Amino acid sequence: MRGIGPMRRYSAFAVAREAARYHSGWERAWRSPEPKKRYDVIIVGAGGHGLATAYYLGKNFGITNVAILEKGWLGGGNTGRNTTIIRSNYLQDPSAAIYEKARSLYETMSQDLNYNVMFSPRGVLMLAQTEHEVRGYKRTAHANLLQGVETEFVSPQRVKELVPIISLDGPRYPVLGGLWQARGGTGRHDAVAWGYARACSDMGMDILQKCEVTGIRQEGGKVVGVDTTKGTIGCDKLGIVVAGHSGVLAAMAGFRLPIESVALQALVSEPIKPCMDIVVMANTVHGYMSQSDKGEMVIGGGADGYNNYTQRGSFHHIEETVRALVETFPMISRLKMLRQWGGIVDMTGDRSPILSKTPVEGMFINCGWGTGGFKAIPGSGWGMAELMAKGSSPLTEEFGLNRFAEGRFVDESVAAGVAH
Amino acid sequence: MSTRLKEGGRRIDRAKQVEFTFNGKRMSGFEGDTLAAALLANDQVMMGRSFKYHRPRGVVASGAEEPNALVNLGEGGKFEPNQRATTTEIFDGLTAASQNHWPSLDFDVGAINAKLSRFLPAGFYYKTFMFPRFAWKHLYEPIVRQSAGLGRVPKDRDADTYEHYYAFFDVVVIGGGVAGLMAAKSAGEAGAKVLLMEQTPHWGGRAPVDGGEVDGKPVEDFVAATVAALEAMGNVTLRTRMMGAGVYDHGYMLGYQRLRDHAPAAKGPRHRLWRIRAGRIVTATGAIERPLSFAGNDVPGVMLASAVRDYVVDYGVSPGDRVVVVTNNDDAYRTAIAVKAAGLSVPAILDARAGGGGALAEEAKAQGIRVLNGMGVAKVHGKKRVEGVAVCRQAGEGAVEEEIGCDVVAMSGGWSPVVHLWSHCGGKLVWNDKYAMFQPNPEASPTGADGEGFVLAAGVAAGAQTDTDFEGLGLYETLRTAVRAGTQAAAELGFKTRDVALPTVSEHDEVAMEPVWLMPQGAGAKLRMKAWLDYQNDVKVSDVQLAAREGYESVEHTKRYTTLGMATDQGKLSNINGLATLANALGEAIPQVGTTTFRPPYTPISMGAIAGEARAETFQPLRRTPMHDWHEENGAHWEPVGQWRRPYCYPRKGESHAAAVAREVMATRDSLGLLDASTLGKLVVKGPDAGKFLDMLYTNMMSTLKPGRCRYGLMCSENGFLIDDGVVARIDEDTFLCHTTTGGAERIHAHMEEWLQTEWWDWQVYVANVTEQYAQIAVVGPNARKVLEKLTDEDISAESLPFMAWKDVTLDGVNSRVYRISFSGELSYEIAVPASVGRAFWGRLLQAGEEYGVTPYGTEALHVMRAEKGFIMIGDETDGTVIPQDLGLNWAISKKKDDYLGKRAQARSFMDNPDRWQLVGLETVDGSALPDGAYAVAEGTNANGQRNVQGRVTSTYFSPTLGKGIAMGLVHKGPDRMGEVLDFPGTDGKTYKAKIVDPVFYDRDGEKQNV
Repeated sequence: MRGIGPMRRYSAFAVAREAARYHSGWERAWRSPEPKKRYDVIIVGAGGHGLATAYYLGKNFGITNVAILEKGWLGGGNTGRNTTIIRSNYLQDPSAAIYEKARSLYETMSQDLNYNVMFSPRGVLMLAQTEHEVRGYKRTAHANLLQGVETEFVSPQRVKELVPIISLDGPRYPVLGGLWQARGGTGRHDAVAWGYARACSDMGMDILQKCEVTGIRQEGGKVVGVDTTKGTIGCDKLGIVVAGHSGVLAAMAGFRLPIESVALQALVSEPIKPCMDIVVMANTVHGYMSQSDKGEMVIGGGADGYNNYTQRGSFHHIEETVRALVETFPMISRLKMLRQWGGIVDMTGDRSPILSKTPVEGMFINCGWGTGGFKAIPGSGWGMAELMAKGSSPLTEEFGLNRFAEGRFVDESVAAGVAH
Repeated sequence: MSTRLKEGGRRIDRAKQVEFTFNGKRMSGFEGDTLAAALLANDQVMMGRSFKYHRPRGVVASGAEEPNALVNLGEGGKFEPNQRATTTEIFDGLTAASQNHWPSLDFDVGAINAKLSRFLPAGFYYKTFMFPRFAWKHLYEPIVRQSAGLGRVPKDRDADTYEHYYAFFDVVVIGGGVAGLMAAKSAGEAGAKVLLMEQTPHWGGRAPVDGGEVDGKPVEDFVAATVAALEAMGNVTLRTRMMGAGVYDHGYMLGYQRLRDHAPAAKGPRHRLWRIRAGRIVTATGAIERPLSFAGNDVPGVMLASAVRDYVVDYGVSPGDRVVVVTNNDDAYRTAIAVKAAGLSVPAILDARAGGGGALAEEAKAQGIRVLNGMGVAKVHGKKRVEGVAVCRQAGEGAVEEEIGCDVVAMSGGWSPVVHLWSHCGGKLVWNDKYAMFQPNPEASPTGADGEGFVLAAGVAAGAQTDTDFEGLGLYETLRTAVRAGTQAAAELGFKTRDVALPTVSEHDEVAMEPVWLMPQGAGAKLRMKAWLDYQNDVKVSDVQLAAREGYESVEHTKRYTTLGMATDQGKLSNINGLATLANALGEAIPQVGTTTFRPPYTPISMGAIAGEARAETFQPLRRTPMHDWHEENGAHWEPVGQWRRPYCYPRKGESHAAAVAREVMATRDSLGLLDASTLGKLVVKGPDAGKFLDMLYTNMMSTLKPGRCRYGLMCSENGFLIDDGVVARIDEDTFLCHTTTGGAERIHAHMEEWLQTEWWDWQVYVANVTEQYAQIAVVGPNARKVLEKLTDEDISAESLPFMAWKDVTLDGVNSRVYRISFSGELSYEIAVPASVGRAFWGRLLQAGEEYGVTPYGTEALHVMRAEKGFIMIGDETDGTVIPQDLGLNWAISKKKDDYLGKRAQARSFMDNPDRWQLVGLETVDGSALPDGAYAVAEGTNANGQRNVQGRVTSTYFSPTLGKGIAMGLVHKGPDRMGEVLDFPGTDGKTYKAKIVDPVFYDRDGEKQNV
C-alpha cells in the first residue's frame, strides 16, 4: 500500500495554489484502505493516544507496518470532546514527567506534523481559594521546580492582571493566589487527531475506521491477532488504547482492569469578542474556563457520580459548574450556554493512567487517563511506543498495572480536586 | 425597501407605539413586534455580519432558528450579547446594536475576509499559520481571535436575578401550536396533571398564518377556544415565553421561562429555570423550513418563505416590494398568496419541480402570479440587499434564462421536524424519503427507568405518519397525531382515556415536494462557492464538498472541519442541507451518513438562569456555629473551611495576623485560651453492633473502650491510606460519639453509611450526624480547670475527670458534656452544650475567664500549638498517600483485630516497606521557618531527568513558644536519621538547610496536659 508517495505539504502557498482551481486538487488527509492479513503492530483505538502511539512507533522506532483500528470515526471519543487544556503542573514525579514531555511535544507539533494544531501557550492558572489550597499549590510549585516544570505561585494582584474579568473578593471563597504555568495553554483537539492520522497514513500505516474489534486471538498466552467486523487480522503486538471502553477489550483478552467509567461533561457559551487570554481552573468551587479562538467560553467541571457509558450526563453537574464560574467570573451570567455534551472517562483508583504490559504476552494497554487525557496525548504516545517497541520506557515505568497490587500508587487526586 | 404595511398584523397593537434605538438610531415599532419585525418596518434589512467573512447579513427567519439577526441588547448590568432579534420582543427604551464589525455595520474592515474567501476555504487554518513557530501565539492567533467572536463582552455585574423552580407533572407538552394545545387537552381531559409550554408569547403556532379552517371557522378561533378550555381545567398549567430546553434521563427536563426579557423594568426574576420530572413528555415542537442552496442565498433580503409570510401576516411588515418565491414544495405558494394579498408584487414563483405544484399553485396563478416550473435561481444579484435574481433551469448548470428584479427572495427547501428534544436523551430518528426529512422513530423513544419510552412526538414534529390513509404535514394530520400522543401519554400513566372526536378540517391538498439540495443541480464550482449552508459560520456547499474530498467523511468530521452547524443556531437551518450535500459528495444515501448528535439546550439559555439564586453570599449554604456572630463582632479574620467559616485569628487594631496568632498561642500556653470547636464533626454511632462496627472503621480497638472514656482513633480507606482522625467517646454500652475533622463530618458519615448499607447491612447500627446539635468549646491552658470550677460544684478534679475521660457536668446551670482531651498539649477540656445555648455559654466562659486573661484563639493558633506538640493534622501530614505507619502511629493500630478497613491494603509490598518516607520534625539551621511544601533533594536525577528527592515539608510554622521555625515532614527513613541536615530548595531561589529532629517540640512527656 505504500506507493502513494509522500503527502503534499500544507502551507499558505499550497492554499493559494489550490484557490486558483477552486480547491479541486486537495488529496485525502488520510487513506481509507482495506485491512491487510497481518501487521507487525495493531493499535485498537484511533483517538489521540492511539494515533500518537502509532506515529511514534513509526517515527522513533521505524515500525510502520501498523494498523490503527477504530470502531467509529477517528478522534471521535474523548479526543473530540474535551476542553483542550494542556498543562503539566502535576505533583507527583511520574505524572510531571509524562505531562511535561507531552507539553513540550505540543510546542512543536504543528511543524512536526505539518498540520496546525493551534497549540497556544496562553498560560494556565489554578486558583487557590482556601488556606489548604494555598499550601497545596506551594507544594506543587516546589515539586515542579525540581521536576523541570516551570510554574510559580502568584499573588491575587497578579491573578487579576492575568485575567481581568475575575472577581477576586467573592464573599465566600476569596482568591488567595494561584499556581501559574505560563507555558501551559490550549490546542485544537480535533486537529491533533487529524494531524497524527495524516502523518501515520503518510508513513504507510492503515487507519481502519468503522472496524470494531470483537475478539482477541491468543496462542500459548501470546497475542496473535484480533477478530473485527472486517475480518480477522493478525499481529505480533497489540496495543489497546480505547479509554472508556478499555474494560470491554480487557475482558476479551480474559483479564480485568481497575477502571470505572463515568460521564464527564463540558459546555460552551455563545461566542463573544476576546475577554480572557488564559485558562483558569477553580478547584474549590469546581469549575474551569477558557475562551476558544472562536470566542466561546469553554467550560468544564466535575465528573458524574455514577458509572455509565451514555456519553451524556446529569444536569445538576452543569448547574454546579456554571454556578461556580458565575461566582468566579460574574460577567458570564449575561452569556448563554450554547451547547453541553459529555464523554466517558476511564478512572483509576489513584487518578493516574495505566500504560502497561498485560497478562497476555505482546498485548499492551494504555488507559485510565480519567479527566485529563488530552494534554497527555503526545507524551503518552511517545512512552507507549517505546514500551511497545523496547519492552520498557522511563515515562511509563511507574504506570504499570502491577502498581495496584503492590500499593505503589501515583496519586494525583491529592493535587487535582476537579476534573479537567 | 422594507416597511410597515398600512394594514394587518395579527400580533401588533397599532395603538401602542414603542420607541427603541438600533445602532444609536431612534426607531419606533408597535407593541407585539419582535425586534426583527420592527427593524424591517424601519427599512433595516441588514442586521449583522457573518462570523468568518464578515459578510452582510439580514434576517432570514422569524423564530428561534435565526442565525443572522443577532444583536447586542441593553446596557450596563442589563447588557446581553447575541440576542436573536427574531425572538426579542420590543419595549420602550430598548437599545440594540449590531455585532461583529468595525468600525460600523455598513462599513466593516473585516469584510476583507470576504474578498479573500477563495483563499480561506474550510479548514484553511489547519494548513497554514505554522511558520515561524512562535507566530501562531503572537501574530496569527490574536488576529483570528479579534476577528472571531460575535457579541460584545459584558462589563458590568448582572443587575438581574434568576430563580429555579422544581415541579412534577404527569405529562409535559412542549410547544403551544395547535398540536400542543390538542395534545394537552387530550391528556388533561383524561385527568393527567399537564404542563403546556410555548416558547413565544402566543398560542397557536404557525397554523393561523398558514390558513385552513377547523369546524368551519378560522384556525384562530379554534386556538382561542382550545386555550379557553385548557385554562378552565384545574389540572392543566399553561405557560408562554417558556421553552423546553433539554430532556434528560428518566423523564427529567428543563423549562426555560423568560419572565422579564420583554419588560425589564418590572420587578422579579428575569428568568426562571423549571426543573421538571415528567411522567411523559410530548414534543409538539413543529418544524423548521429549510433554505435552498443557490449562489447568493446569503444576501440580505433572501429569507425563508415562511418568515416572509410571518412578517406580512403577523406583524404587518413588508420585507420588500417585490418578492420572488423559489420553492420545491407547495407550502411556499402560501407566501406568494399572502404577499400578493398585502398589496405587494410577486414577479414570479420559481418552482424547481418540473411538474409544478397543486391546488395552491392554481390559486396563485388565479391571482395572476407568474409561475415558472422546473426553474430555480442561478444567482442572486446585490451585495447588501437583494437587487434581483438570475433564473435558470433547475436541471441545468446555471445558464441564465431570465433576469428578474426584486428585493426579496422567499425560499423554501421543504420542512424539517424539530426533533431536538426527542433526540436529547437518545430518541432515534428515521429518514422519510418522501418528505426528505428525519423524523422520530416511535419504536425507539428515549427510555425511562422502567425501560418504557417516555417521549412522544405530536403534530408536524412527529413527521409524516403512515398508519392511516391520511398522510402529510397538514392541519388534520397535526390534530390527529396530537390527540393520539396526548391520549397515549395519559393512558401509559394509567389514566382512563376515551376517544376524542377530531374536529372537521378544511385545507388544501398538497403535491409532494421534491428534494433540491443544490440549485441548479449541475451548479459549477464558482456557484457552489457562493451557495451558503451555514450563514453565521460561513460554510458553503463547496466547503462540505472539500471536506468529503479530503477524507473528513464522517458527518462529525465534516461538521468539525467546516464548522457546519456549530454556530449559535446549532445548525437548525443548515444541518439537513449540509448532510445531504455530504451524502451526495460521498455517493451515499442520507440516512447512511446520519445526523450529528442533538445536544441540549434547544436554543441557548442564560448562565444566570442555570446558576439561579446561588451567587455571592448565597453561592453555597453558609454554615455558622452558634458563636459565629460573636466572632464577627470581635474582628475575626475568617477562613473558609468547607461551607463553614472559622476564625483564623482575632487581630486587634493595627495587629498583623502573625502577631495575633503569636499572642493567642502565648496567652493559651501561659494561662487560658478558648476555641470554638463546634465545626468538628460529631457522629453518634449506636446499636448492639456499634463496637464491632467501629472496630472495622478504626485501626484502633474501639469495642473495648469503657463508657466514660475517650480514645484517639484513626480511620483508613480501603486502600490503607489515612482519611480521618478524631476522639471517640463511649457514651454507654451501645453508644459511641465519634469526633471527625471539620471537613470530614459529611464525608465520614457517608463513608459509614456506605459500609453499613452495602456490606454490613445486617449489623444493628445506626449513625446520626449531630454536628450542628452541639456548640463545642475548647477551654485550654493551665487555668482551664480553675475556670470550670467557678461554674460548678461538681468534682472535675484530675482524679474524677482524668485525661482521656468525659463526664456530664452542669456548668453554670447548663447541661454540658465535658471531654478532657487536648489538641494543644495543654490542660484542656472540650465542652459540648446544646447549640441553642452555645452563644450564651461562650459569653459565660469569657466572663469567668476574665481574671485569667482569657483569649479566644483561631485556627492558626490551633495549628501552631498542635505542630509544637507533634500532633498530625489530616490534610497536612496526610494527603491521601500516607498510611498511619508513616506517621509513627503504629501504637494506634490494634494488633489484636482480625481486620479493619485498610488492613489488607497495608500489607501490600510497597506499603509494608521500610523505605517509605516517615514523619520527623525539621528545624532550620538558622531558626527561620521552612517554606510550605518544600522538598528535600537527594543526589542526582532520575531516568526522566528530574531531581531526586528524599522528603518533604508537611507543616511549617513559626513557633512563638520556642521562638523559632518548626516544621514536620516526611523523610526517607527519617526516624533513623536524627541530626542529619537536608537541603530544601525554595521557589524563591534559596536553599534552606534543616536538621532532622524529633517531631514533638513541646512538652515531650505530656506533663502539661496530664495535670
